[in-house]
Amino acid sequence: MDAVSRNNVTVTGRPDGPVLMLAHGFGCDQNMWRLVLPMLAERFRVVLFDYVGSGRSDPSAWDAQRYASLEGYAADVLDICAELDLSQAVFVGHSVSAMVGVLAAAHQPDRFAKLVMVTPSPRYIDDPQTGYTGGFSAADIDELLASLDSNYLGWSAAMAPVIMGNPERPELGAELTNSFCATDPDMAAVFARTTFLSDSRADLPSVTLPTLVLECTQDVIAPRQVGAWVHAAVPGSRLVTLNATGHCPQLSAPEATAQAITEFAGAPR
Amino acid sequence: MMCETTDSGPEQDIDADSTHAGGKAGGEAEGDAEGEAGGEDADEAELAQFSALLEDSAEDLYEHAPCGYLSTLMDGSIAKINTTLLHWLGYRRTQLVGHKRFADLLTVGGKLYHETHFAPLLAMQGQISGIALELRTADDTRLPVLVTSQVKTGSDGQPLLIRTTVFDARDRRAYENELLRARKEAEKAGAEAEQARAEAERARQAAESEHARLRQVMAILQKSLLPPELPQIPGMQAAAYYHTASADQLGGDFYDLFPLNQSQWGFFLGDVCGKGPQAAAVTSLTRYTLRTAFQHTTDPATALDTLNTALYERYTGTDPRYCTTIAGTITPHGDTLHVTLASGGHPPALLLRADRTTAFLPTPGGLLVGIMPHPHFTTATTTLNPGDTLLLYTDGLTEARTANGPRYSEDHLHAFARTLAPADARQTITALTRLLESFGTGLDDDTALLALSNPTAHTDPEDA
Repeated sequence: MDAVSRNNVTVTGRPDGPVLMLAHGFGCDQNMWRLVLPMLAERFRVVLFDYVGSGRSDPSAWDAQRYASLEGYAADVLDICAELDLSQAVFVGHSVSAMVGVLAAAHQPDRFAKLVMVTPSPRYIDDPQTGYTGGFSAADIDELLASLDSNYLGWSAAMAPVIMGNPERPELGAELTNSFCATDPDMAAVFARTTFLSDSRADLPSVTLPTLVLECTQDVIAPRQVGAWVHAAVPGSRLVTLNATGHCPQLSAPEATAQAITEFAGAPR
Repeated sequence: MMCETTDSGPEQDIDADSTHAGGKAGGEAEGDAEGEAGGEDADEAELAQFSALLEDSAEDLYEHAPCGYLSTLMDGSIAKINTTLLHWLGYRRTQLVGHKRFADLLTVGGKLYHETHFAPLLAMQGQISGIALELRTADDTRLPVLVTSQVKTGSDGQPLLIRTTVFDARDRRAYENELLRARKEAEKAGAEAEQARAEAERARQAAESEHARLRQVMAILQKSLLPPELPQIPGMQAAAYYHTASADQLGGDFYDLFPLNQSQWGFFLGDVCGKGPQAAAVTSLTRYTLRTAFQHTTDPATALDTLNTALYERYTGTDPRYCTTIAGTITPHGDTLHVTLASGGHPPALLLRADRTTAFLPTPGGLLVGIMPHPHFTTATTTLNPGDTLLLYTDGLTEARTANGPRYSEDHLHAFARTLAPADARQTITALTRLLESFGTGLDDDTALLALSNPTAHTDPEDA
């Protein structure tokens, strides 16, 4: 199975531009980038994909054991890099994917030139022993994982029909209804467990790539303490606080997000 | 304003008024419209009276609506919340307004969903409806709700705030849980049924394969109880046939034909009582005992005595086993064959003479073999002239059920033989095989046939 079809890889933008690899986080798929994509595509050769278990990846490639660790997701990234023969790519990882990028770059440094961490979190659960604030208590995460198991929340397939198309913007209509962050509940549950129980803090000090940390002013998933922690932990990193709310600035503030990525990724090393 | 649609007819007029008032005031300041918009005549007074009766105000409709009502700024901070929702959540207004954001009221999973789906869709579409979430109450319990949100925009199209209605979905959640539980149980039951079916199928296949193996074993065993083929004897013709009634049951019939010495041959045919493995064991014992006995004697009655002793001693007490047998010797003498035979309770041999006469060779009074300690076996002799045939058979033949009801019998057999004679051994067996086949399922017991004839030129063509 080739990675391009396995991971539903899309390559778009300027063929001769620098390579930008956009990696979605938990709970969504490459649709997460659609608002920033037009702006980024003007300047970059953009590689988008869905992790196995998300979006329109090949469900037959699912392996609950492989994807029970962030290494499995990093292997997806490296498989795609190998197949597209990418080198010196700028890896843009959202949320937990920022840590996937750290792992991938540690394995094959030549593939990557820079790292953009969009609202990253190396650990979602508070760690009172070290005074680390992740934003969630262990009980919070237990409840989250339990709620995913019981499939109460909106990501159940049954809820898809209520996410209606938008009459004012028909381009967001039926396609969006069916594919917006489509996830298989069982696979999503594994990804959630892997994501929210992960602790990648120890990996950050050894990051050697130029790194941009993007955070939002108000983010209930990765609060500002986490952004500051990541910035402090990654040597030589830049921290940019976007005037945006929520955990997904690429959706809530697409212009500012695209601009920050472009400035950092497009600048000479 | 979804919650207003739950109100009934007359109130809708008032709602319309309140909406107008709200629109005029702008934003959330809902006006105190008390149904001033009017009809032209007495209807107006009636309406006012009716409204007064309701003691409804727009404020009251908002605050005590049967659903929660929440207004948030675009960054999610709570600007206004109705009493119903405060009551459900257990918060005071001042704890929330200006202090908390909508997402703060959600569970962790709800926050994630809000971030990745709810808020982006709301921003893009201007509204989102019927989303299942759970709210965290002040005492940290979970309130399942259905949420609908709508972005209110200013006259310039800029989003100003988000209006959200919240429906109590506890009953619905309980119902969904029940459905989920029922579905899981159904899936489990389905899986179990499938597993049971698969196991039954495996068992059936195993049984079938075991059955096939058993049949094979029985076929081999059955063969071992009969001679593989009859010996070629100069000056004599022999033919035999064995019918197995059931492939699942070992039969108890047996026969044999073998040399005794340079000038004599021995033969026997018999029927062990019962069927199955025990009967087969007796058959085996019987056959080999008779063969051994004939090593030591050429007297058939003595051979039967030996067999009787063996069976009587081996099968006694609670498991008596016995058989009926005709054993004999045959001695060529000139162009004749001298036959001596002894019977232990077996149906009499039948003679088909060259001169077309037929007769049973009586051996009356012979006892079953193996049932008494010292029985007397009846001996008879006869001579087979050229063209004569001696037929031995078991009662499978004479007790077969015929198509029209009654059992076949020795008389029937005698009559059949009369139509047959003269016939040599092979012709006799061939004709009787056809007869047995004609019984179909009526032939419900094993049947052994053995014919010995003195073939000469006298076996003429007219027999066909």
